Amino acid sequence: MGIEGVGARVARKEDKRFITGAGRYVDDMIVPGMKHAAFVRSPHAHAEIAGIDVKAAQAMPGVHGVLTGRELKADGIGNLICGWMIHSKDGTPMKMGAWSPLAVDRVRYVGDAVVIVVADTKGQARDAAEKVEISYKELPAVTDASKSMDAGAPQIHPEAENNLIFDWDIGNADETAAAFKNAAHVVKLDIVNNRLVPNAMEPRAALGHYDKAEDHYTCWTTSQNPHVARLVMSAFYNVAPENKLRVIAPDVGGGFGSKIYIYPEEIVCLWASKKTGVPVKWVADRTESFLTDAHGRDHHTHAEMAFDKDHNILGLKVETKANLGAYMSLFSSATPTYLYATLLSGQYNIPAIHANVKAIYTNTAPVDAYRGAGRPEATFVMERMMEIAARQFGLSPAELRRKNFVTQFPHQTPVIMCYDAGDYAASLDAAMLAADYAGFPQRKAQAAKAGKLRGIGMSCYIEACGIAPSAAVGSLGAGVGLWESAEVRVNAVGTIEVLTGSHSHGQGHETTFAQLVNERFGVPLDSVSIVHGDTDKVQMGMGTYGSRSGAVGMSAIVKALDKVEAKAKKIAAHLLEADEGDIVIENGTLKVAGTDKNVPWFQMALAAYTAHNLPGGMEPGLKETAFYDPSNFTFPAGCYICEVEVDPDTGMTEIVQFVAADDFGNIINPMIVEGQVHGGIAQGVGQALLEGAFYDASGQLLTASYMDYTMPRASDLPSFQLSTSNTPCPSNPLGIKGCGEAGAIGSPPAVINAITDALGHENLTMPATPQKVWAAARAAKH
Amino acid sequence: MSDVSLVVNGKRVSAAVEDRTLLVHFLRENLGLTGTHVGCDTSQCGACVVHVDGKAVKSCTMLAAQASGSTVTTIEGLAEGADLHPVQAAFKENHGLQCGFCTPGMIMAATDMIARHPEGLDEATVRDELEGNICRCTGYHNIVKAILAASQAMSGKSKAA
Repeated sequence: MGIEGVGARVARKEDKRFITGAGRYVDDMIVPGMKHAAFVRSPHAHAEIAGIDVKAAQAMPGVHGVLTGRELKADGIGNLICGWMIHSKDGTPMKMGAWSPLAVDRVRYVGDAVVIVVADTKGQARDAAEKVEISYKELPAVTDASKSMDAGAPQIHPEAENNLIFDWDIGNADETAAAFKNAAHVVKLDIVNNRLVPNAMEPRAALGHYDKAEDHYTCWTTSQNPHVARLVMSAFYNVAPENKLRVIAPDVGGGFGSKIYIYPEEIVCLWASKKTGVPVKWVADRTESFLTDAHGRDHHTHAEMAFDKDHNILGLKVETKANLGAYMSLFSSATPTYLYATLLSGQYNIPAIHANVKAIYTNTAPVDAYRGAGRPEATFVMERMMEIAARQFGLSPAELRRKNFVTQFPHQTPVIMCYDAGDYAASLDAAMLAADYAGFPQRKAQAAKAGKLRGIGMSCYIEACGIAPSAAVGSLGAGVGLWESAEVRVNAVGTIEVLTGSHSHGQGHETTFAQLVNERFGVPLDSVSIVHGDTDKVQMGMGTYGSRSGAVGMSAIVKALDKVEAKAKKIAAHLLEADEGDIVIENGTLKVAGTDKNVPWFQMALAAYTAHNLPGGMEPGLKETAFYDPSNFTFPAGCYICEVEVDPDTGMTEIVQFVAADDFGNIINPMIVEGQVHGGIAQGVGQALLEGAFYDASGQLLTASYMDYTMPRASDLPSFQLSTSNTPCPSNPLGIKGCGEAGAIGSPPAVINAITDALGHENLTMPATPQKVWAAARAAKH
Repeated sequence: MSDVSLVVNGKRVSAAVEDRTLLVHFLRENLGLTGTHVGCDTSQCGACVVHVDGKAVKSCTMLAAQASGSTVTTIEGLAEGADLHPVQAAFKENHGLQCGFCTPGMIMAATDMIARHPEGLDEATVRDELEGNICRCTGYHNIVKAILAASQAMSGKSKAA
């Protein structure tokens, strides 16, 4: 490894613009003639739209247009779609209700967009929006997935009887039932995975610009996947054909899944730009973000695990109700199915598994993938189960897990996944050592003297990343392939541009991807530029989510680099009158191995473009493209240990140490990987202790600002102790597994296991607020 | 309308603005200083922190008219010349940022925090004083590290944790 190559802790190339205020986010973009939009949204969770009167709004100062869903439909703009088909166990396709970008005759959640107002300033647009008169006929609403299927519950979409979208099975019910018949012990668990709001710090935004002269649209948008946005807006929403639509996702201020989806606002801003003849910019305020960004999680689960007399796992039964909100967001159906139930084997040998998932409509914001996406929900079920089982058996939590670990690879689980590599005991050992697990009883006794309850909890998570082999996900219902693309352009002076279909919104691609090039060709990082986020610059790509940009995005770059290297060596061999097989690349120079004959990288590049002296028949230039389609998922795994002190008098929980031992396979930049884990843990701790999206019975979101929804602050968290081990992923050329979501996946059960250990009381739901912890402490008679 | 006149990043600026114009909107929209961000509507997130007369202020919680007569420094004006301010350098060196959206506010708040603690900072104080700044990416780990490093670099002092 060089000082800028693979494995080096290189400070980020992209930082300069962010630390000097020169980042360029969508809200920073200005287009000549640009106007501002405000949306009029439903104040009701469920209502019929009896009438819309826009006259008063149109007469307000500065207004350029007040547009409704009827006009949008008249122009042929399509409904939003869910891009992953799930079939119920009876073979019927999922029941997708219509989602118009602007509601036409019915609203189904508080925040549903109804009217767009375009005006000279944002203030004028908001003033005019206040003057739009919409008559609603209120309908009863339901927000709780556990009640939405009850007889007499309000019916949200005519397509979905009893609000049931699908009733889906995975695994083998008969084998699982047989396993339970032979069980010596059965451990049962009812568990809620709390609803969360992703809360990227940059609110969503869209700037739509229709160029009449060119009959061409440009959309600047806060997207994790601009090419997918272009594809979907063209193919399904009829905004414009792909060749007439450019989508740009410039600097994007965090996503965590919430910026994967194509929302009504970007579609409507593009359409409104054509309709009004002016570029239209919309930027969400924070309450709009709370109301309309796709939420995460919201599972209600009953699980049972069967053990033999020696505490080996025999089988697992899981029943989950997943709240998908009022409409099916783009990948909402995949999250509680193939991203969730396929991980219910955890790190363990489980001979038989059966899971049933019912996806349900409610009058709440759409729910889709949020950092971890299904895998945190699976891990929470598994790792609470293992902890509770160990406590019931009187075994150490580590030993029960260790006894059941998968140790032979590849390992085929009963729920599709084939784990390719791992060493789960290594992570467990590393975490226990780092946490001084053996010294815990002493620390607990010490804390007790101060009137504090000290607890320790662990979580051994596994996830599936590197999404995903296209043919495999296609067979499971995905509407797209999940490969990635790369283009490597070597310029005539030897500098390099890498164009990638991955999108960076905090992950540091401009640095790590360049390190890959430096490692291969010895070109300094300063001479390598990473280009992403613009459909006019980069060929088709699938974007960044599911911890895929390392394992899939960088693997595509490797393939393109392979091609560049092969051609570069041919050119060098020709120039040096040597055999192509004897050329090696060292420190930016192409050399004939074992001699002092060499040609510097830039001279080879210049030769490729002058084309004065190339091998016979070779095309000039040095630019290669590649598409990489993974052959398997990757399986990051690890062990997290959380230690807490609870004050039984106040219910306050302090995290006194948090240890993470992860196996991410090979690592390009440890500094950036650690940063990903830090952030993931903070979101997981947030879920466990602080965060929860709550609707009241009428469907009003009670937690729609930072005054009501508790975001993790610096004082809520400790510094984290991290370590990594490495079993390289065998299925991709870099041996990378992915690290973006692990922290959010592994940490919630570790925190809850620690608090319940402290309390000696299992009945504690997330978020474990001081009030709940205090009540649990009282119930446990502390 | 209100007439406002203030010094921003060393330059005097004057304008007539709507009475309701917030300082953050004045900076972003009138002056094009888009490094100062709007992350919430309730003065919780701190993405909009600037210095007004040398003190860290959430520019979304102050009217432009209230800032008239003041001296304002934004993230764009923090560095002197081509060199990064030590806090900016520490954020880069310690990977104290990811998406970069909260970063300007964090750096402006951190600069003020360090100035208020010439005796040096410890981790608990930094975490406590970051109450008004939310980051969703970093888990604060490296932000805290960066602020401690900058504090030490600027004062030569650090307190034991």
